[in-house]
Amino acid sequence: MQFGIFTVSDLTQDPTTGRTPTEAERIAAVLTIAQKAEEVGLDVFALGEHHNPPFFSSSPTTTLAWIAAKTRKLQLSTSTTLITTNDPVKIAEDYAMLQHLAEGRLDLMMGRGNTGPVYPWFGKDIRDGLQLAVENYALLRQLWREDVVDWEGKFRTPLQGFTSTPRPLDGVPPFVWHGSIRSPQIAEQAAYYGDGFFHNHIFWPPEHTQRMVEFYRRRYEHYGHGSADQAIVGLGGQVFMRKNSQDAVEEFRPYFDVAPVYGHGPSLEEFSAQTPLTVGSPQQVIERTLGFRDYVGDYQRQLFLVDHAGLPLKTVLEQLDLLGEEVVPVLRKEFAALKPAHVPEAPTHASLVAAAGGAQDPTVHAPADAVTGQAR
Amino acid sequence: MTTRTLAVVSGGLSNPSSTRLLADRLTAATVAALRARAEDTTVEVVELRGHARDLADDLVTGFANQALRTAIDTVTGADGLIAVTPIFSASYSGLFKTFFDVLDKDSLVGKPVLLGATAGTARHSLALEHAVRPLFSYLRAVPVPTAVFAATEDWAGAGGIDRALAGRIDRAAGELADLITGRPATARPTDPFADPTTSFEDLLRGH
Repeated sequence: MQFGIFTVSDLTQDPTTGRTPTEAERIAAVLTIAQKAEEVGLDVFALGEHHNPPFFSSSPTTTLAWIAAKTRKLQLSTSTTLITTNDPVKIAEDYAMLQHLAEGRLDLMMGRGNTGPVYPWFGKDIRDGLQLAVENYALLRQLWREDVVDWEGKFRTPLQGFTSTPRPLDGVPPFVWHGSIRSPQIAEQAAYYGDGFFHNHIFWPPEHTQRMVEFYRRRYEHYGHGSADQAIVGLGGQVFMRKNSQDAVEEFRPYFDVAPVYGHGPSLEEFSAQTPLTVGSPQQVIERTLGFRDYVGDYQRQLFLVDHAGLPLKTVLEQLDLLGEEVVPVLRKEFAALKPAHVPEAPTHASLVAAAGGAQDPTVHAPADAVTGQAR
Repeated sequence: MTTRTLAVVSGGLSNPSSTRLLADRLTAATVAALRARAEDTTVEVVELRGHARDLADDLVTGFANQALRTAIDTVTGADGLIAVTPIFSASYSGLFKTFFDVLDKDSLVGKPVLLGATAGTARHSLALEHAVRPLFSYLRAVPVPTAVFAATEDWAGAGGIDRALAGRIDRAAGELADLITGRPATARPTDPFADPTTSFEDLLRGH
């Protein structure tokens, strides 16, 4: 099982000091956090994509490429890549390039994005959100799997004899997850292709996550990719820890009370009871996280949100120390002991290459003049 | 004899509440009208005052907590609905509106509804027609033609109720009972996690 963190790249005021980080500070902090994730033994770092303040991460492949160069083992991912408003051709190119630079340590999570105004900035209409996700992803898959693509659809200019470069590393496209909080259609899409399904698992009650995952598993089996319990499931989660549980509650409460998304509503105690949020000791986080398996089954990836709501970098790094030293080693052992042998691990570049029968050189050499690009 | 479920939403804030009083009168008359049509009734009352914080939390977090979820399921799963609000500042109360704001927009489609409102003065009576009825039209519910308004003075008649108001209550209850008996027992709202009726191949082809 893979353990890691995901971030939305928000610049949020620290409510205990009144200070909001600059973009330069927050970008540097996220780079530090990613490197720290590898240092403490986490497996995955996933970065969001946004195109409006208070977020900085409009260009996730640039950021992830830097992190790839500074790390050796960390699996890089997205949370999420906007399959609706990005041109699928550019996603194919950018992420194939990143896959090469990261030497295969890359997967992606597709998301629709829930910020209405973003769509028109990229020439799209939010009312087409679902259709965009379906058509764009179908094209993305084709671009990664076929060297020369002729294509025509509803949302983008047609392609004639188009080759997306670079070709995927070793001829194997990155593994793809599909993230959705509430749309069964996206779980259906993930199941149809045999891709992974990720539930944010932060903002809503666990019963809802359970129904989404059950649906995805049932449809995964329906489409013949394996039995329902072999489907590839990822969950988010939100934790704040101190050795002493009461210290965690006292320190996190001012951040919780005014947090973007859910602040100014239920109390910390109510929200902890209603959602997977866990604020307490490492042992409490271990017990709560092991309990996720009771309602989603054996799953492949657990990502924690630890750096939001204005928490200072120092605190976030302390959280990562606790995760790496006290929480994840226990979770690894316990989850592994519970997982039946026929339930797969999350696909990696190595496992996908092996499944494809070994690495291929997929380079497409053009019959063209090297300087002008003109066909001879 | 079949058994129908009747949900009653009361937006009254005080105790005792004239809004709840009107809701109870409408409920009793509807139960009697259904009995006259050979139907038994199970009544479930949702007092919105008890969900005031739950509703505010839902607006902020985007999900209903367990107590509110139970109330919502009661209303969306009923065969008929009686919805009664106090009139505040010429319209339904904010609390009443919030309850209907947090429902899925399709969850009351086709639902027979009896509308009621209370206020200190009869001059607010048309708020039922210019504010409350359009809300339920938007939700594609089926409000009965007679909506019942009760001002403070209407509770002063013989037997504690104005005779004209009592007549309107019976007429509205009869209309609601007719609508309820005219249709099959409520199918629950569509399960979003049922196997899809549109195949993914159709979605891919843009249908």
